[in-house]
Amino acid sequence: MNIGNDILTALPEIFLACSAIALLMLGVFRGEGSSRLIMTLSVTALIVTLGLLLMGPTRNTSAFNDLFANDGFGDFMKMLVLIGAALTMVMAQRYIEREQMARFELPVLLLFSTVGMLMMISANDLIALYMGVELQSLALYVVAAIRRDTLRSSEAGLKYFVLGSLSSGMLLYGLSMIYGFTGTTNFTTLAEIFANGGEVSLGLTVGLVFLSAGLAFKISAVPFHMWTPDVYEGAPTAITAFFAVAPKIAGLALFVRVLMGPFGELVDQWQQIIVFIAVASMLVGALAAIAQNNIKRLMAYSSIGNMGYALVGLAAGTQEGIRAVGVYMAIYLFMNVGTFAVILCMRVNDRMVERIDDLKGLSRTNPLIALALAIFMFSMAGIPPLAGFFGKLYVFLAAVESGLYILAVIGVLTSVISAFYYLRIIKVMYFDEPSEAFDQPIGREMAVVLTATSVIVLLFFIMPSPILESASAAAEAFFPAGP
Amino acid sequence: MLEIGLGHFLTVAAIVFTLGIFGIFLNRKNVIVILMSIELILLAVNINLVAFSTFLNDLVGQVFALFILTVAAAEAAIGLAILVVYFRNRGSIAVEDINMMKG
Repeated sequence: MNIGNDILTALPEIFLACSAIALLMLGVFRGEGSSRLIMTLSVTALIVTLGLLLMGPTRNTSAFNDLFANDGFGDFMKMLVLIGAALTMVMAQRYIEREQMARFELPVLLLFSTVGMLMMISANDLIALYMGVELQSLALYVVAAIRRDTLRSSEAGLKYFVLGSLSSGMLLYGLSMIYGFTGTTNFTTLAEIFANGGEVSLGLTVGLVFLSAGLAFKISAVPFHMWTPDVYEGAPTAITAFFAVAPKIAGLALFVRVLMGPFGELVDQWQQIIVFIAVASMLVGALAAIAQNNIKRLMAYSSIGNMGYALVGLAAGTQEGIRAVGVYMAIYLFMNVGTFAVILCMRVNDRMVERIDDLKGLSRTNPLIALALAIFMFSMAGIPPLAGFFGKLYVFLAAVESGLYILAVIGVLTSVISAFYYLRIIKVMYFDEPSEAFDQPIGREMAVVLTATSVIVLLFFIMPSPILESASAAAEAFFPAGP
Repeated sequence: MLEIGLGHFLTVAAIVFTLGIFGIFLNRKNVIVILMSIELILLAVNINLVAFSTFLNDLVGQVFALFILTVAAAEAAIGLAILVVYFRNRGSIAVEDINMMKG
C-alpha cells in the first residue's frame, strides 16, 4: 500500500477540501468585505478541481483500504456536480450582494458541501458513504438558513434540518442492518458475496429498504419529498439554484452506485421499490405543480418529477438505463441552471419577485430573457428537438427494453400532464398584458450563463455525441464485461 | 437464567428507533423534542452496530459507531444553532407555529 498513490487517486477531493479550508482562513483574516474575492477564488478552486479530475490518470482504482473508488461513472457524475456548483456560484455573487447577505462563509460552505458530494459519488464503503452524505447535508442545512434575519430562510433551514436528519437516521439504520447481516461494509466485498450466491436474509432486505428510503429523501423522491417545496421557497433564490442542481445529481449518482454496485445482483429485491418511487415522483411532480403560483415552488415540484424520470432509467437496471440516467442528469443540469438564472433575473424595483404572474408580458418588456425561459420550459416539457426531449426519450427507451412497459406509459402520460404548467408559463410570458418590467441590466455573468445554457439546450440535437459518449463510458463502469 | 442474545439487542434498538420516528411525527409541542428524537434514532443505530460488531467479532461496527457519535454531535450543534436563529425571528419554537410556507 502506498500513501502517495492513495492521495493521487483522491487528488481532486483533497485539493477541494484544502482550498475550502484555506479560503475559510483567508476570509477570517480579511474580515467582512472579502465575499467577492472568496467567491471568485472558490469558483477558481472548482474549475481547478474539474481540471484535476479530467487529467486524473486514475480509472478503476481504489484508495485508502478500498474506502474510496474512482471509475468512469464517478468521473462523469463528479464532472456534472462540479459544473453545476461552479455555475450556480457564479450566478450567486450579484444576488447575495444586492440582498445584503454577502458573507464569505457562503462560498466556503458551498465548497464543503461540494467536497461531500464528490465523496458520496466515490464512496466504496458504507462508512465512506455516510461521511460523504453528512458532510454534504450539514453544510447545506446551514446554507438554507443563511439569511438568518428572515423568518422564511430560517424556517427553510429548520425544516430541511429536521427532515434531513430523519433521513440520515433511516439511512444509518439501513446501513447497520446491511452490516449486521453480511458482516462487511465494503461495496466490493458485498458485491462478491451476492455474486457468489450469498443468501438474502430478511434483515438484509429491511436494511436495503431503509437505505433506499434514506437516499430517496436526499434526492426528494416521493413519498419522501415533503421538505422540497418549503426549502426551495424559503431558501434565498441563489441557494435554491444550488440545491436544485448539485446535491440532486450527487444523490442520484450515489443511489445508482449503491444499487448497481454492491446490490447489482439483487435487482429483483430493489426494482419494485424504485419503480414505485419513480411512478409516485412523476405523478406528484406533474399533478401538484399545477396549482402553484410561486415559481420556486413550481421548480421544486418540477425537480421532484425530474427525479422520477431519472429513476425510470435506474429501475431498468441495464447499461442503457444507467447511460440514460447520465444523459438525463447532464441535460437536467443545464435546463435547471438556465431556469434559475432567469428566476434570479426576476427583480422589480430592486426587490426579488417570485410569482408566476410577475412574468406577464415578459416577451414585450424583455424579449431575450423570455426567449431563454421559453426554451427551457419547452425543453422541460419534452418538446422535440430540444434537449429535454432526448433525456426523456432515452430513459423511456431503456425502460421499454427491459420490459417495464407500464412504467414507460405512465412516464409519457405524466410528461404530457406536466407540459401543461410548463406551457402555462410560456403563455403568461407571450400572451398576457405586461406588468412591470424587470430591472436592467441583468449583469454580464448572468447573460453568459443564460446564453450558454440555452444554446446547449437548444442545439443539443445537432451535437449530442459529447454527452452521449461520456454517459456511455460512465455506464460501462458497472458492466465490465460489456453487454 | 435468560441468555441475552443478538436478538434482544436488535429488539431494543428497533424499539428505540421506532420511538424516535414516532417522536418526530406525533410530537405537536416543541422542536427540542424533535432534536431529542433524532438523537434517539442515532443511538438506536449505535446499539445495532455495537451488538453486530460483538457478535460478528469484527471491529468495523465499533469504528462506525464512533464515527456516528462524532457526526451526531456536529449535527446537534447545527440543529440547535438553526433553532436559535429561528426563535429570534419567530419568537416561538412550537411545532404548530412552523407554518410560514404551506402547500
